[in-house]
Amino acid sequence: MYSRTYKTLVSSSPLLWVGLFLLLPYTLMFAHSFWAVQDGVLVHQWNLHNYLTLFSKSLYVEVLLRTMRIAASVTLCSLLLGYPLAYYLSFHAGARKELLYQFVIVPLWVSYLVRGYAWKTILGSEGVLNGFLQYLHLTHEPVAFLLYSPFAVVLVLTHIYTPFVFLPIYAALEHIPRPLVEASHDLGAGIAQTFLRVILPLSIPGLLAGATFAFVLSLGDFLAPLLVGGASGTMIANVVQSLFGAALDWPLGAAISVCILLVIISLLFFTERLEKRWSFK
Amino acid sequence: MNSSAASSTAAASSAGAVLLEVREMSKSFGARAVLKNISLNIASGEFLTLLGESGSGKTTLLRLVAGFEQPTAGAIWMSGGRLDTLPPYKRRVNTVFQNYALFPHLSVRENVAYGLRVKKTSATEIGNRVEKALRMVKMLEFADSQPSKLSGGQQQRVALARALINRPLLLLLDEPLSALDANLRKQMQSELKALQRELGITFLFVTHDQEEAMALSDRIALLRNGALEQVASPREIYAHPATAYTAQFIGQTNLLRSEIMDGTARCGVLRWPTEGPSGPAIFSLRPEAIRFASDAALAPGTARFRALLQQQFFSGASELLEVNCGGGQLLRVRISARGPLSGEHEFVFSTGDAIRVQE
Repeated sequence: MYSRTYKTLVSSSPLLWVGLFLLLPYTLMFAHSFWAVQDGVLVHQWNLHNYLTLFSKSLYVEVLLRTMRIAASVTLCSLLLGYPLAYYLSFHAGARKELLYQFVIVPLWVSYLVRGYAWKTILGSEGVLNGFLQYLHLTHEPVAFLLYSPFAVVLVLTHIYTPFVFLPIYAALEHIPRPLVEASHDLGAGIAQTFLRVILPLSIPGLLAGATFAFVLSLGDFLAPLLVGGASGTMIANVVQSLFGAALDWPLGAAISVCILLVIISLLFFTERLEKRWSFK
Repeated sequence: MNSSAASSTAAASSAGAVLLEVREMSKSFGARAVLKNISLNIASGEFLTLLGESGSGKTTLLRLVAGFEQPTAGAIWMSGGRLDTLPPYKRRVNTVFQNYALFPHLSVRENVAYGLRVKKTSATEIGNRVEKALRMVKMLEFADSQPSKLSGGQQQRVALARALINRPLLLLLDEPLSALDANLRKQMQSELKALQRELGITFLFVTHDQEEAMALSDRIALLRNGALEQVASPREIYAHPATAYTAQFIGQTNLLRSEIMDGTARCGVLRWPTEGPSGPAIFSLRPEAIRFASDAALAPGTARFRALLQQQFFSGASELLEVNCGGGQLLRVRISARGPLSGEHEFVFSTGDAIRVQE
């Protein structure tokens, strides 16, 4: 029905985009991870040295594990915040629904950096929170672990990614036909049973999508650890950044990136299958 | 209307003990009054239909009995206990929803088992009762299907089994047949009626389809703008509609807006003797009450008129004629099928068939 020229025209720009900004960089990254650096110069010599270094040096494994731990904590925290919020808004907010929804969305328009710095002023030793704690005489000197710790990173990332978790869950809950909830009550199930037997199972695709957002975005985050993480809160993206920057070891950085990419791809593969399993028409 | 309400209460008490009692109940959503001072009794074992146009409040009344809405005023009692203060999950009432509301993530078997599982019934009892319920609605072979794989009629059966397995005192049905095509609808009507007789469960059925209401119900409660217009058995409501609205809504009729003078009612060219004081009056004359004069013996108490045939609608066993009595006055006449007709004819009706109704 459509001419060949038309099809070429329509498909060319997305293909060009994907080729230039996705396939090409990933291919380069993949290739780099098998090359080496000698005396500060990149050598196009195929080897597995980078991967061996990566897994033999405890530093990288440790940071990688810590990153996963932080990402998992962020996912859990933002689910614990985002799900009840979405549930309340979808089922019980009534006329305030629209307004509350905007309250959740508006922070997304504020720059990440601004929010990161805001937490810095809250958590710092001269910060709002420490001042408040001392004012209440709960502590006599600033609490140190508030800032520059994995805790601070989890806190900031949770703050930033909770809306991302909230949105797909809210959408999933909004799509649950209300007669199903009524049918459940009608058949004798109270509020808790209805939640566990009907609402939760039907919101699993949204829950998985939200959890995937939080986990994947946290896994690759480098701004939050940079702003509030300190030495103990360093994440894998910071390592990659320094390897590509100051350390000038692109091949090792590329090898780490490939590892992260593999983790993310397998995770996406897994959650997509789960989501399909829990999707019902 | 008062007389018919009284006689319907009598009908209810003769059918069995009162199961459900709606007492002077009103329901408003904000400033909009959806139900106005409804009082209605349902007898145990009765098939009662709430009939009305969309917006008449019939579904709201059903939802109040189910517990999905709270009355603004008044109360509902069931078997001597207050019902409207209980949450839906504590009422011995189950609902068949308009679009069935089957749980999409559960199989047919799990859907039907839901109510028992929630009540922590033993696994063996659940197994037995689910099988029995599915056999009753002829869906046993689909026990392991997902609801989305079923046709509308099959989903309907599963919804019925899911509700009935809980042995409710009262089954609520919210336009359960409206999503089915005409043939299946007729079949399901007959199955529903048979099921209700067999189980002896009280049915509160909501529909906008007066034919369905007539075919199924022991009594019909006709709602109009949130108020009960008339409550009576199908035969009574058809033969003695209390109001012009009822007469038009239930079946087809000719509404004769007449003037009574000295014992004679006049409407256009029609004249017939009637009792009652002089003044304006409305009569309902069913199309089948009018016959060809040639078919009827000359008898006292009949009225005759000549009219020109305008339209003829054939519908199998009978046909509907639209005749012009002159002066633009159109009447509908139902006769048994007799082939194409034309021209002017003389018609006759028994004056007793012209039923006086309220505005």
